[in-house]
Amino acid sequence: MSTTIKEVLTQPLLSNNPIAVQILGVCSALAVTTSLNVTLVMCVALTLVTATSGFFIALIRNHIPGNIRIIVQMTIIASLVIVVDQFLKAFAYDVSKSLSVFVGLIITNCIVMGRAEAFAMKNPPVLSFFDGIGNGLGYSVVLIFVAVFRELLGSGSLMGFEILPLVTNGGWYYSNGMLLLPPSAFFIIGLFIWALRTYMPEQVEKPDFVISPNTENSGAH
Amino acid sequence: MSANNDSIQRTILVAVLLCLVCSIFVSGAAVSLKPLQVKNKLEDKKKNILSAAGLLVEGKSIAEQFEQVTTRIVNLETGVYATDVELSELAAAGYPLATFDQRRLAKDSGYSAKLSGKEDPASIKRLEKFAAVFLIEEDGALDKIILPVHGYGLWSTLYGFIALQGDAETIAGLGFYSHTETPGLGGEVDNPSWKALWVGKKIHDASGSIAIDVIKGHVIAGSKKEANQVDGLSGATLTSKGVSNLVRFWLGEKGFAGFLNGIKGQGV
Repeated sequence: MSTTIKEVLTQPLLSNNPIAVQILGVCSALAVTTSLNVTLVMCVALTLVTATSGFFIALIRNHIPGNIRIIVQMTIIASLVIVVDQFLKAFAYDVSKSLSVFVGLIITNCIVMGRAEAFAMKNPPVLSFFDGIGNGLGYSVVLIFVAVFRELLGSGSLMGFEILPLVTNGGWYYSNGMLLLPPSAFFIIGLFIWALRTYMPEQVEKPDFVISPNTENSGAH
Repeated sequence: MSANNDSIQRTILVAVLLCLVCSIFVSGAAVSLKPLQVKNKLEDKKKNILSAAGLLVEGKSIAEQFEQVTTRIVNLETGVYATDVELSELAAAGYPLATFDQRRLAKDSGYSAKLSGKEDPASIKRLEKFAAVFLIEEDGALDKIILPVHGYGLWSTLYGFIALQGDAETIAGLGFYSHTETPGLGGEVDNPSWKALWVGKKIHDASGSIAIDVIKGHVIAGSKKEANQVDGLSGATLTSKGVSNLVRFWLGEKGFAGFLNGIKGQGV
């Protein structure tokens, strides 16, 4: 394969974004995007796990028996996630408290599994590492986009600093409480995908089937 | 991938080796980071206690700020400090003073009792027999008493601390460190301007019964009950009700009433 490091780093950002194009990893995108601070830590954690798990899986890819390969991948990913979680608890306690179970749920994040199975099993370690970084960044792009909207319009602040003074604190901005609830992330991700596909029309999928017109209008009644 | 990768011996070998390497990796990280994590947890709790009392100063080390606080264990049934015998019993059961875990104690059938129906307005189901209280003294006199409180709101149990002035009557602050109420509605229990409404309120009315209450709407200025009432959170009736119930419960007979009366009796 002739993929280069530059390609695996930049492709997932927009043209093959794991969330917007492959619609993977949406679950955590809903849960951790209420404040930018938490989102950034989640992005770093996911990027690290995707990259390092890709590296280790690619390292032993020629020795993994085919019939237990998914379990092997899961074991490696799970170990890395636990290590990341332990580090967060030790060095970023406040953030790890608000991320709570979602760090643990990186294990089941489809992006990590998807990259391990689709890329790391067939490519050398260093390239897989950068593929993980690239996909992690692609995930981060969408999450940061969503989080900026949700925190700014939902709580009137960014990174915890007040930008739009809230009515409840004596300002003028009525916060939009819906943006702090998970469904709002669906809308924002939807709008993001719409904007992206308008900009890059080649991402628009062909419909799986076409509703055929009524064969005989007159006979239908 | 070569074909002999899939032989049974090979599969078992890879699985065993992988598990071994991963487990060493994971346990290594867990063990070596444990002390830092425990420290963080304790520090976080101290921070919550200080911020409930309105004493938290940003930028100063928590440990340093917490030095002024004395932790005591209170027997909720008798309303007095736990005796040395009780303390050593607690320590032996895994609840030493330094890392006293009241939430765990409430689940321990040996150290908690079931509450039912009318006895349980805060919906906490079990009441622990011992509670940790935090005292701050100034110039030899009791300045602040910080009591742990918890109870059910709309979605979740709210855990927090209520701080009283040395007279054991005037509220000095209230804060929750753990809850999952609706952001923007019930979640406003964390709003500093709402928390500020509690400061200076009195627990009891003139007749001596517990009167502190979160009401619906705004407190009418100048009314007889002004000193006992706090504005409700708009759009969060059930959370407001829950907070009201839990504060009344913990300051009441089943909660810290006995202990607080004891402090008042000493004339501090």
